Amino acid sequence: MTAAQSRTGKTLLYVPADAGALSLGAEALCRAIVSEATRREVDVQIVRNGSRGAYWLEPLVEVATAAGRIAYGPVSATDVPSLFDAGWLEGGAHRLRQGEPGSMPWFASQQRLTFARVGLIDPLSVTDYVNRDGYQGLRRALSLSPQELIETVTRSGLRGRGGAAFPTGIKWRTVLEQPAGQKYVTCNADEGDSGTFADRMLMEGDPLSLIEGMTIAGIATGATQGYIYLRAEYPDAHRILRQAIARAYEARYLGADVMGSGKRFDLEVRLGAGAYICGEETSMLESLEGRRGEVRVRPPLPAIKGLFGRPTIVNNVVTLATVPVIVHQGADFYAGYGAGKSRGTLPIQLAGNIKRGGLVERAFGLSLRELLYEYGGGSASGRPIRAVQIGGPLGAYVPASQFDTLIDYEALAGIGAMLGHGGIVAFDDTVDMARMARYAMEFCAIESCGKCTPCRIGSTRGVEIVERILAGEDPERQVAKLEELCEVMVQGSLCGLGGMAPFPVQSALKHFRGDFLARPRS
Amino acid sequence: MQTLSSEQRDVVSRIVAELKDRPGPLLEVLHAIQAALGYVPREVIPLVAEGLNLSRADVHGVVTFYHHFRDAEPGRHVVQVCRAESCQAVGGEALADHARKRLGVEFHESTPDGRFSLEPVYCLGNCACSPAVMIDGQLHGRVTPERFDALIAESGHIPEHSPEGP
Repeated sequence: MTAAQSRTGKTLLYVPADAGALSLGAEALCRAIVSEATRREVDVQIVRNGSRGAYWLEPLVEVATAAGRIAYGPVSATDVPSLFDAGWLEGGAHRLRQGEPGSMPWFASQQRLTFARVGLIDPLSVTDYVNRDGYQGLRRALSLSPQELIETVTRSGLRGRGGAAFPTGIKWRTVLEQPAGQKYVTCNADEGDSGTFADRMLMEGDPLSLIEGMTIAGIATGATQGYIYLRAEYPDAHRILRQAIARAYEARYLGADVMGSGKRFDLEVRLGAGAYICGEETSMLESLEGRRGEVRVRPPLPAIKGLFGRPTIVNNVVTLATVPVIVHQGADFYAGYGAGKSRGTLPIQLAGNIKRGGLVERAFGLSLRELLYEYGGGSASGRPIRAVQIGGPLGAYVPASQFDTLIDYEALAGIGAMLGHGGIVAFDDTVDMARMARYAMEFCAIESCGKCTPCRIGSTRGVEIVERILAGEDPERQVAKLEELCEVMVQGSLCGLGGMAPFPVQSALKHFRGDFLARPRS
Repeated sequence: MQTLSSEQRDVVSRIVAELKDRPGPLLEVLHAIQAALGYVPREVIPLVAEGLNLSRADVHGVVTFYHHFRDAEPGRHVVQVCRAESCQAVGGEALADHARKRLGVEFHESTPDGRFSLEPVYCLGNCACSPAVMIDGQLHGRVTPERFDALIAESGHIPEHSPEGP
């Protein structure tokens, strides 16, 4: 059997079932390929892979030829006859031919550890997963003591990729040290930040890596039950995750006897219900318990008193899906990537007004400029990029003058920004930063859980103040008021929503003050 | 206050009986009710409360906290337009205005003929293909006003009340 052919002798084609590819017509494309192949009496077999993350090329079809996988994109259903005419099943020349995906400069220079398999494999095939190092981490984890296992995670330098950047190993150790009894592993898959989609891509493209990571977390801490708290806005990820969990059970990687170890780990998906605040860990736990997603006062930490009052790990999708490669390859391997205290790699998501949007996984330490211009190719509109917002709706706006800043936790903190979940949204020079400030306050007002006053009332007052600024009403005085309000919200809010919603506003005021002050009176 | 039909009561009772022993079941129950009925009628609150041994206030508090749960029957097609930053960076606001005009309704409203409901959504995770729209759970990327019209036309007829309708 050659790489070009499936067991049945048919040519294999990969058409992503990733939600982003589906949003650009991948389903109609599949139908067109099948019908054209039938008409030509050619045998093809379509594998639904995840996305490589090169979204400007989606739907990106890969043909398994004798010379390896050759990519064509962006392919629409109407291109299909001409692709068959060009002999694409043998890798023939065509204007959409991108060559071998791994050799595209955009892809070749990436350092994919967490996303190593995404886009390559059939996400629902346990065999594909195992053939590409899958379950090697769990296998090794089962041969280590919990202390050794947690020591590996700690020494790798892995920090929470959801946004808080807390050292993962330390969180796990706290859970391990709690007295025996029911403990939980929960995965925060409530990826609500605009500009982020790494969790979604991972869950749709390599769900078993998340399942394996959660199982390792259970083995490390004695937790026997896992929950993935998934946002309701991700129906495709929901379907794929549920199927992947069922397959992991069938293959006995989940259940009463994980890999024949005699250890139990059960896992299920729970759906959120459209509340941004449930991405905050204590609010997520409330929601998992079936209550209003209001934040809890800490202490106690979830690691001590979490889900249903029991010791609980709360980690993000990317964090957990990175654990298998760390345990398999060792702490030093992973810590060998990165800069300063930011170890390992980060799946960065490039979005908004950008020519080549998508997922770039690189070691920490890349500059914003390199990312925006070398990977991103500049703005989609062709106009200068004026600002980027990093880390979602609570993240600061960074002006073009600071694009030489390196992407790591400390360097960004140094300019008053934060990395968050690694989403970067680009805006060209037509952006009105006062309007973006209004939106930041409006979003906070919509999503506030209402428990504390600075967030609940402050955000609404914030919208009103920015509206007066937009109308050109006494802007100097209103800007002073807005700055004072931001300070109150930052200092007085119970959690990160009210406490950080002012960050984009404050950064806009700092770097783009003219957008607030020089407004014609309406 | 409307009363539930006996079929609706049966559906709700069955869902509650099936899920009540799961840990923290309330959100699961509400999701199942919305999947079955299309929305969570306020009249189910006492039924759910009794079945899960919660107070009506508790259930009401949860139903109203989450944006996802609707308290009225939606249009036959639910159109969600992303309003978040990444989509705003590439014409999302203009698309939102176009959607309101095209369907002739504001956000959170349904067309009078009951064909479409228009809802805002804050990120669909399709930010490398902004602006994004979801129609009946199906995601669409790089949606221009023209593409929006085509998607609406595919979903059914253009509502009579649309000022720009045929």
